[in-house]
Amino acid sequence: MNAPKLLEMRDVSVTFDGFRAINGLSLTLAAGEMRAIVGPNGAGKTTMMDIITGKTRPDSGSVRFHGQDLTRLDEPAIARMGIGRKFQKPTVFEALSVRENLLLSLSGLRGPFSVLMARLSGKEQARVDHLLDMTRLGDFADHQAGGMSHGQKQWLEIGMLLGQEPELLLVDEPVAGMTDAETMATADLLREINRTRSVVVVEHDMDFVRALDVGVTVLHEGSVLAEGALDTVSADPRVIEVYLGR
Amino acid sequence: MNRLFPSTSGAQGFAGVARMAVVVLVGAVVLAVASLLPESSPLHVSAFTVSLAGKYLSYAMLALAVDLVWGFAGILTLGHAAFFALGGYAMGMYLMREIGARGVYGNASLPDFMIFLSWTKLPWYWWGSGHFLWACLLVLAVPGVLAGVFGWLAFRSRVSGVYLSIMTQALTYALMLAFFQNGFGFGGNNGLTDFKDILGADLHSPVTRAVLLVITGVVLALALMLSRFVVAGRFGNLLVAVRDAESRTRFLGYRPEQVKLLIWVFSAMLAGVGGALYVTQVGIINPGEFAPANSIESVIWVAVGGRGTLSGAVLGAVLVNMGKTVFTAWLPEFWLYGLGLLFLVTTLFLPKGLWGCLNPPPVRRQKTSRPRFPARKEMRHECAKTSGNA
Repeated sequence: MNAPKLLEMRDVSVTFDGFRAINGLSLTLAAGEMRAIVGPNGAGKTTMMDIITGKTRPDSGSVRFHGQDLTRLDEPAIARMGIGRKFQKPTVFEALSVRENLLLSLSGLRGPFSVLMARLSGKEQARVDHLLDMTRLGDFADHQAGGMSHGQKQWLEIGMLLGQEPELLLVDEPVAGMTDAETMATADLLREINRTRSVVVVEHDMDFVRALDVGVTVLHEGSVLAEGALDTVSADPRVIEVYLGR
Repeated sequence: MNRLFPSTSGAQGFAGVARMAVVVLVGAVVLAVASLLPESSPLHVSAFTVSLAGKYLSYAMLALAVDLVWGFAGILTLGHAAFFALGGYAMGMYLMREIGARGVYGNASLPDFMIFLSWTKLPWYWWGSGHFLWACLLVLAVPGVLAGVFGWLAFRSRVSGVYLSIMTQALTYALMLAFFQNGFGFGGNNGLTDFKDILGADLHSPVTRAVLLVITGVVLALALMLSRFVVAGRFGNLLVAVRDAESRTRFLGYRPEQVKLLIWVFSAMLAGVGGALYVTQVGIINPGEFAPANSIESVIWVAVGGRGTLSGAVLGAVLVNMGKTVFTAWLPEFWLYGLGLLFLVTTLFLPKGLWGCLNPPPVRRQKTSRPRFPARKEMRHECAKTSGNA
């Protein structure tokens, strides 16, 4: 376990109108690791992602990615550093085709002038085709993204996330609203992704977390309650109390 | 017609825009040639018609500019006539200086209104106004720089939606008040007028008017194709992405404020060019052009013609203004009601505008057969595993 630290949150706190959403949260992720974050509603899972991606600025504490402080950067700067995010509610560009969605996500051109002058290169074409293949959306490449099913949008968004070629993927409830088969396919996809990238998954679905077979962090009231393998964590009396009530 | 030129990617497909550009070009050339025929010819058109056509096409440039930001970037501008008027003033300054000593006061270096104000020398910002090329530069630069500063401040602060619309109204209103001031140096409420010639060519001669109309047609056709280039490729996709899900583009690493700023400045420059073409053919530019109602009218042209189609903006601007010319001669006091009604009817019954009606987008396959989620089929490696058993 001597892998270098990729992400390090230290003593992070944030308050919204007097409500302490994140309370002295510390969390470390090694390079190449996949971690599942679980916790009851309001535990601060999504707020934690907001802080890492620059949407929310913490009141105190530090967030370091490759040792660089993220708390002073905005969303595009953090995204360009190699942190990709998938939202709880699938957010794709509905008026564009599946292919156009993936093309916009591809890492590389980001300035408005360079995008204006961009012409589709063979390499980009190949990358998009690979993503279409990986997310099994090849048959729907030229369909409007808005017309896709919920599950397909989730996968398209994961495809867009991969297109960004991030080092770290933050994935918020990827299997919400999916069928069991889709859930298991998504777990496979994330494990596949984890071969080359680090992943943080927030999820309620325990079957899914079990299928991922990774380290689990339990959040409660904005801080870490327990950390470890799923079986260890779920046997922890504090965790049981939080989940089942006293 | 549609079957001959099927549009490739929806309403703003290459064929559709190219067709509109050709129509504009041919229309301008035909009218220009017809105006040069002898008056006895049955095909002769009057100088009045030529200047009307020039006015419509100049307005069409404004409509195109509005469509770029409203139709593609979702920025509902209610102040775009400001950029149009600024372009008009920039060209008007040059035309004023061209009058030279032929003004009422016969002063070769000062326009009449400055002598009327007892000014003895040109204000600094009239520097270079005697040069046509400088005027052309200002036509692009003044609206461009103003739009750049305004847009940078507004988009960076993430002002959008109705708040931005109100700010654009305030912008054009403030400019109108400023230009009404005599001391502002642009002729006060009379504006700039009494032009004599452009580059030595008499502005009242039929040949000059015909040439100006053709130039307007050429510039509008080029603007259409340039706009199509901007919105067709990946940048166009990015604009739509920013329009529909701005915050999502941030997490992809894009800066939506930069994207909006680029299209906003480009659009303002197009509007400025429209204003410059307008002033040469209409012969006057005054602060009334900044009136907030003008900007709102230009949004109606786009709505009527078809938002987000480019060609529709041109069509809407020409048709509504033709209607206005007829209507205001016939029942002047009812024009505004007519315009309001037109807007209501279009919004309710033709949400895609006239152009959208004439060019329905190609039917998408998914409308007939909804795709199934592929993961429901057996997963690929499982297929590989079980295929031996089958």
